[in-house]
Amino acid sequence: MKQRVIALMRKEFIHIIRDLRSLAIIFLLPILMVIIYGYAVTFDVKEIRLAVLDESRSLESRRLSESLTASRYFLLVARLQSREEIEPLFLERRARAVLIIPRSFAQDLVAGSAQVQAVIDAADASTAVVAVNYLRSGLLQHSLTLNEAAFRPPMRIEPRVWYNPDLKSTFFIVPGLIAVIMMMICALLTSVTIARERETGTMEQIFVSPVHPWEIIIGKMSPYVILALLDGLGILLFARLVFKVPFRGSSLLFLALSIIFVVASLSIGLMISTRAKTQQAAMMIALLSTLMPSLLLSGFLYPIASLPKLLRVISVVVPAKYFLIIDRGIILKGAGMSQLLEPTLFLTLFSLVLMGISIKTFKMHF
Amino acid sequence: MTEEYSIVVEQLCRRFGDFTAVDHISFSVKRGEIFGFLGANGAGKTTTIRMLCGLLLPTSGHASVAGLDILTQSEAVKQVIGYMSQKFSLYEDLTVAENLEFYAGIYGLRGAAFRRERQRVIEMMGLAGFIDKLTRDLPTGWKQRLALSCAVMHHPQVLFLDEPTSGVDPIARRQFWNLIYSLAAGGQTIFVTTHYMDEAEYCNRLSIMHAGKIIAVGSPSELKRRYRKSTVEQVFIGLVKAGEAA
Repeated sequence: MKQRVIALMRKEFIHIIRDLRSLAIIFLLPILMVIIYGYAVTFDVKEIRLAVLDESRSLESRRLSESLTASRYFLLVARLQSREEIEPLFLERRARAVLIIPRSFAQDLVAGSAQVQAVIDAADASTAVVAVNYLRSGLLQHSLTLNEAAFRPPMRIEPRVWYNPDLKSTFFIVPGLIAVIMMMICALLTSVTIARERETGTMEQIFVSPVHPWEIIIGKMSPYVILALLDGLGILLFARLVFKVPFRGSSLLFLALSIIFVVASLSIGLMISTRAKTQQAAMMIALLSTLMPSLLLSGFLYPIASLPKLLRVISVVVPAKYFLIIDRGIILKGAGMSQLLEPTLFLTLFSLVLMGISIKTFKMHF
Repeated sequence: MTEEYSIVVEQLCRRFGDFTAVDHISFSVKRGEIFGFLGANGAGKTTTIRMLCGLLLPTSGHASVAGLDILTQSEAVKQVIGYMSQKFSLYEDLTVAENLEFYAGIYGLRGAAFRRERQRVIEMMGLAGFIDKLTRDLPTGWKQRLALSCAVMHHPQVLFLDEPTSGVDPIARRQFWNLIYSLAAGGQTIFVTTHYMDEAEYCNRLSIMHAGKIIAVGSPSELKRRYRKSTVEQVFIGLVKAGEAA
């Protein structure tokens, strides 16, 4: 038995090594995704390009615009003379926000109630929201410096942000990336490799030999398990060295729960392969049924709470969702088994059900 | 019975929906015989071979291979048969040596036994010059020999060949049949399907299949005598025409 499983594993490793496509998915994709998500796709918006239309031309108005552009949140790109200049600025994407300080600003300030206007380019809605918030807090800060004694709000918030004090998005993205990459390797690559053996007829050749179906499953799948776990480890190390993402929990617990997630992903791959007749079909089904939900419905890119109700219901059956709660918990918070009981139970339940179904259907197909 | 016969088929039947691919066929194959299964495409040859190899369940009927029941002892059957499909199921991205090693591995051959068998098939099939080549770079005739090598390394008692010579040139086909003869001389039973009439002449005994039924069984010379024809091809055409008229 061991002999047959080893023969299958060896062969699978040779397939992987000689196939550029799987090599790219296993080794290149994780690195690329970490770099892209780590460097380029930060959700922290910095340096919003701001233009100022100062109709007041007073000391007070100049102080306000200086105070805003001195922070790292705004970059002063232009000083405007008239409102007609605003639209061309937005159309050419040179500025995202324009601050208009009215003629009466200085007098109003003395009177105790001054207003400024902000015009925002909301073609990109999420950046627009961030810009409004930055402007609001920038103005508040400035108001406080002007007259702290007179301006005393009845309530103030003193935020202490735990686990990710600088609110860096890499902290948030890296655990998600691990889930997506593991899912890709396990579901996509295994469904394609089995579909390929069906296409070329080699699966039939294996079925006429004394190999048991579960030996085929173990032999074909274990190389991908090993590679998926290595990839997970690689991403963690890379994230730690390059982006200083901490690892606060138990690595043993992380490994154990990763294996459960990997089994769930493999089972999905196996199920796809029993239905897909060709490699292309397997790949399409795998991308639609695993990659898309893992990216969009898992809480990786968008918080589950912000999803519409229907999608939130669907997300209940996305294994990546549970694994994300688990790996964010372990990596960022140092959570232990007792705190992760619920997602772990769900994930284990999924793995068992999916594995059961996939083994049953796999047997039926020969 | 089991001593003398390698394959015994009784009233074997397979339906796909309303279509009856194999319609209550019965025949037996003696040990060490080269038994040809002749028929047009779609006559039910491949369906029969797939049932005997355990790839497909019969709708009804019985069959035994090497004395083992294909329904109740299918795992044991797999130990004693070799199978080569018309697609030459090889891994194109593996070298010749790696394909041999893999197929030996799934039959549990290793160590000294594996090296001995590997040497045997390499010599027998003349694969020495290709051993480290990628299988996808081999000419079709050599792929066919490699597929046969992979199917016989574990010394199967019964070897099933499903249209093993399709797409191969006449010289390679002739050489391939020489290999089949030498395997049969070693005591292996060979069950081969074909639609090439010249190949049918090489078999010890033949069964002619048409529309899921066996319409004649006998040695090529017997069949030619019985139906008063000079070639198997004429026998076949005569029988099929008679079958369609009836």
